[in-house]
Amino acid sequence: MSQNFEPVIVGFLCNWCAYAGADLAGVSRLQYPPNLRPVRVMCSGMVPPDLVVSALAKGADGVLVMG
Amino acid sequence: MNIELLTLSELIEVSGEEGNFSVKVRRKPRYVDMGKCIACGVCAEKCPKKVPDEYNVGTAKRKAIFIKYGQTVPLKYAIDPAACLYMSRGKCRACEKFCPTGAIMLNDKEQILTFNVGSIILSPGYRPFDPSVYEFYGYKRLPDVVTSLEYERLLSAGGPNMGHLMRPSDGREPEKVAWVQCVGSREIHRSGNGYCSSVCCMYAIKQALVTKEHLAGRESEQTIFCMDIRSPNKEFERYHEDARARNVRFIRSRPHSIDPGKNDTGVSITYATVGGTLVTEEFDMVVLSIGMGASADAKKLSEITGIELDPYGFARTVAFDPAATSRKGIYAAGGFMAPKAIPRAVTEASAAAAEASRSLSAAKGTLTKQKEYRPERDIAAEEPRIGVFVCSCGMNIAGVVDVKELAEYARSLPHVVFVENNLFTCSTDTQNLIAEKIKEFKANRIVIAACTPRTHEPLFQDTMREAGLNAHLLEMANIRNQNSWVHQSDPVKATEKAKDQIRMALAKAALNVPIESLQVEVVQKALVIGGGLAGMNAALALADQGFETLIVEKSDRLGGNAWHLNETWKGRKVRPQLETVISRVENHKNIEVLKRAEVRSASGSVGRFESDIEVDGTVRRVKYGAAVIAVGAREYEPTEYLYGTDGRVMTHLQLEARLRNGVEDFKKANSVAFIQCVGSREPERMYCSRVCCTHSVQSAIQLKELNPEMDIYILNREMRTYGMREDLYRKARELGVIFIRYYRDRKPDVFTEGNDLCIRAFDPILLRPLKIFADYLILASAIVPYDNQAIIELFRCGHNEDGFLNEAHPKLRPVDMSVEGLFLAGLCNYPKPIDEAVAQGKAAAARANVILSKTVMQLDPIKSYVTDRCDGCALCLDVCPYSAIALEEYEKDGWKHRRIKTDKALCKGCGLCAATCPKRGVLVHGFTHDQLEAQVNTLLDVI
Repeated sequence: MSQNFEPVIVGFLCNWCAYAGADLAGVSRLQYPPNLRPVRVMCSGMVPPDLVVSALAKGADGVLVMG
Repeated sequence: MNIELLTLSELIEVSGEEGNFSVKVRRKPRYVDMGKCIACGVCAEKCPKKVPDEYNVGTAKRKAIFIKYGQTVPLKYAIDPAACLYMSRGKCRACEKFCPTGAIMLNDKEQILTFNVGSIILSPGYRPFDPSVYEFYGYKRLPDVVTSLEYERLLSAGGPNMGHLMRPSDGREPEKVAWVQCVGSREIHRSGNGYCSSVCCMYAIKQALVTKEHLAGRESEQTIFCMDIRSPNKEFERYHEDARARNVRFIRSRPHSIDPGKNDTGVSITYATVGGTLVTEEFDMVVLSIGMGASADAKKLSEITGIELDPYGFARTVAFDPAATSRKGIYAAGGFMAPKAIPRAVTEASAAAAEASRSLSAAKGTLTKQKEYRPERDIAAEEPRIGVFVCSCGMNIAGVVDVKELAEYARSLPHVVFVENNLFTCSTDTQNLIAEKIKEFKANRIVIAACTPRTHEPLFQDTMREAGLNAHLLEMANIRNQNSWVHQSDPVKATEKAKDQIRMALAKAALNVPIESLQVEVVQKALVIGGGLAGMNAALALADQGFETLIVEKSDRLGGNAWHLNETWKGRKVRPQLETVISRVENHKNIEVLKRAEVRSASGSVGRFESDIEVDGTVRRVKYGAAVIAVGAREYEPTEYLYGTDGRVMTHLQLEARLRNGVEDFKKANSVAFIQCVGSREPERMYCSRVCCTHSVQSAIQLKELNPEMDIYILNREMRTYGMREDLYRKARELGVIFIRYYRDRKPDVFTEGNDLCIRAFDPILLRPLKIFADYLILASAIVPYDNQAIIELFRCGHNEDGFLNEAHPKLRPVDMSVEGLFLAGLCNYPKPIDEAVAQGKAAAARANVILSKTVMQLDPIKSYVTDRCDGCALCLDVCPYSAIALEEYEKDGWKHRRIKTDKALCKGCGLCAATCPKRGVLVHGFTHDQLEAQVNTLLDVI
């Protein structure tokens, strides 16, 4: 794998915890790599499993479901 | 809209009376215009003056212009005038120079404000104890001696070390940490704080376990030096047992000195064991579990308001009216009244709100404000026309993300009809601009690329509504909190990410459709199940607000367990007060009492429940908007210690009954013994019944006062006289009551020898067996829940493994149930004394009042909805955590079909149904499968 590999990670973030946590990371200026593309959901339980699979099939290098 | 928040303010004068107070408030200058400050933090970044950070208890620095912590409400900066260079030396003004919104007001002045109010609630909190008075603990002298609050910050991910546990002396991870309990509590000589601070045992156990997790995979040792471990709250005992199972060491000792460790790091603690041996042990660091002292402002507040304080400086209250102070119309809540943990403080706050609004009920709603909007434009036939606003947020976004490039990029995307870049999209003038642009370009959807929807979506939704668009035609791209703030060193990649975020938001927005606001008409009546003290107090608070209230009581009299109690722990007679409450309930024009009655059915949801109530075999149907469940609990009937076979062995409530019938028998007794934890803190009932230690101590005092010659023994596992109840424990010891500790694996043995009732126990201090002859043996029997299965099934109540009904959130929503519109109070929730049950009853009423006080209730419109693809397979029924889905049959073209129907009032929009459904037969508004997929597709299609 090349040194410059930049993964694309789709993140399904629960509005009440993970999304709020990501906001707080911002307020606290915690730095992390810019590879995550957040999708806000109202609960991690609403993420359709087939969407996780299709995201990977379409080229996402990783999918995070956080809640 | 109906709360005005005055920060940096203090009460300076109160005059008038209940219903018509005039209060004067001194508002100190903030030097920052709250209307302009956007909390971007540039001022603090540029401010040259550093001072110790109070929030991090001095373990880190802050600037002279600061916010206390990231979650501060309101999230606005303030200047600390004592630290500010300009205020002290007349030079600097860096904040003023760099503030992008011109919010700095260095000439801000103190203001005196006057308000006319009907009721006053005092909740100034408590003061953490300063352990410097104990010079032998070495605080401030030895670097590795910290207070529990300082340690809390050291453990916190948001703390000075970003959650890396390091001891102060050399930054090494402390593998061997000790906690010393009761620092500034249960100690009358130096601190004068004779009471128990109630919270320290549990936080010490929590800190010990968190420390263990920090050092996971390594050898580590956590030791707690304590006199008793007091964990008498819900689920606490299990937590305590878990800590023991995970090898947290509990040593029963109060160390008398803490000395420097080797090489001036760590500490050396000398303590005496239970058996009397002196031990010296080295620790990497020690945490002093500091107690809660009376609020620093308590004395001043008491002088200003004229309310009475107790000898420790806390507000004085009585059990039957726990929110009231000594002055009518002034109420109190939280740590101002006594040390306590969060759930009780929150409960008391609601109880105080119930009391404060009771006397104001005639004026209810007269000063509240409500906003009017113009009718919404119908966009059903329109193609998506999306307007985009890219916010620079001063330099917060623009300093990292190239906003010009981003705006240009947005212009190239489908459906976009205009793009604007603003310095601050949230400012008032931009709100007008948004409305104008919507009109000018006939835009029907808006995307705002700015901060987080969690704080700013309501503001922009409001702007949408003012412009005549449905609030849900808005979408936000979070390019600040989740982009520019966290990728500060990589502007190129941050800009790329922002483009993706904006494209994803646009893809979703194109699929956004108007969502109807949801309303339910509220039946402004309340149902209270259970006519004990908690239920009756809830009913009275509701009825006094003008709501018709129905009490359903299973037995043939009101009053519940309170009939069996003689005195509150503060020594007030229970019966006269109980009778007053019952007579108020029975004579209240808004209260109807149904005795020998049971709830047989429950349907509907918040605002409009319906139930069948059976009374003496006849069934009556009732409608109500909210319900309080207060079905009580009962005393455990012991099977141990000769109970039931020897008449001299009795429970607490039987002792109370016998004392009520005459004290002569007991006056003649030579010896009385109590055994604690009968049925409590056992593997099958792993909870503490909370009231029994105080009850035994109180009974022991009463017996000693009847006959000072009487020998009284209390056999206990530890005494849990929490809070001010500790005074009773001390008094009992002073009167000569003998406390003997026993352990669960070495319980006392009760037997008869001839006619004598004997108890054999092992004394761990004397290290020898004891034989006690007792005339009477009192068993401090557990409190156990009734069989609540019927109620649990009818109302879908949550409950814990012991059978007590659960609150929606153990700390923050202590009287709400997880089903909206249902509240709980009293013993059915957990064992508790009278004052706490009454407070909970009132709190439940205050919470129900929020629903009942409106004729129409607005619900959050993000809910699930059924599509015509549903074929009634019912897979979603079982996964719904709120039981909001039901199956229904319908006929179409002569054929019978099945499909689901959702109850919008029960649904919370979590979408578990949508993720489970194999055919998109149920979706969530604003988060449909298509909307989620569109975001993912647009992101990945261009890679």
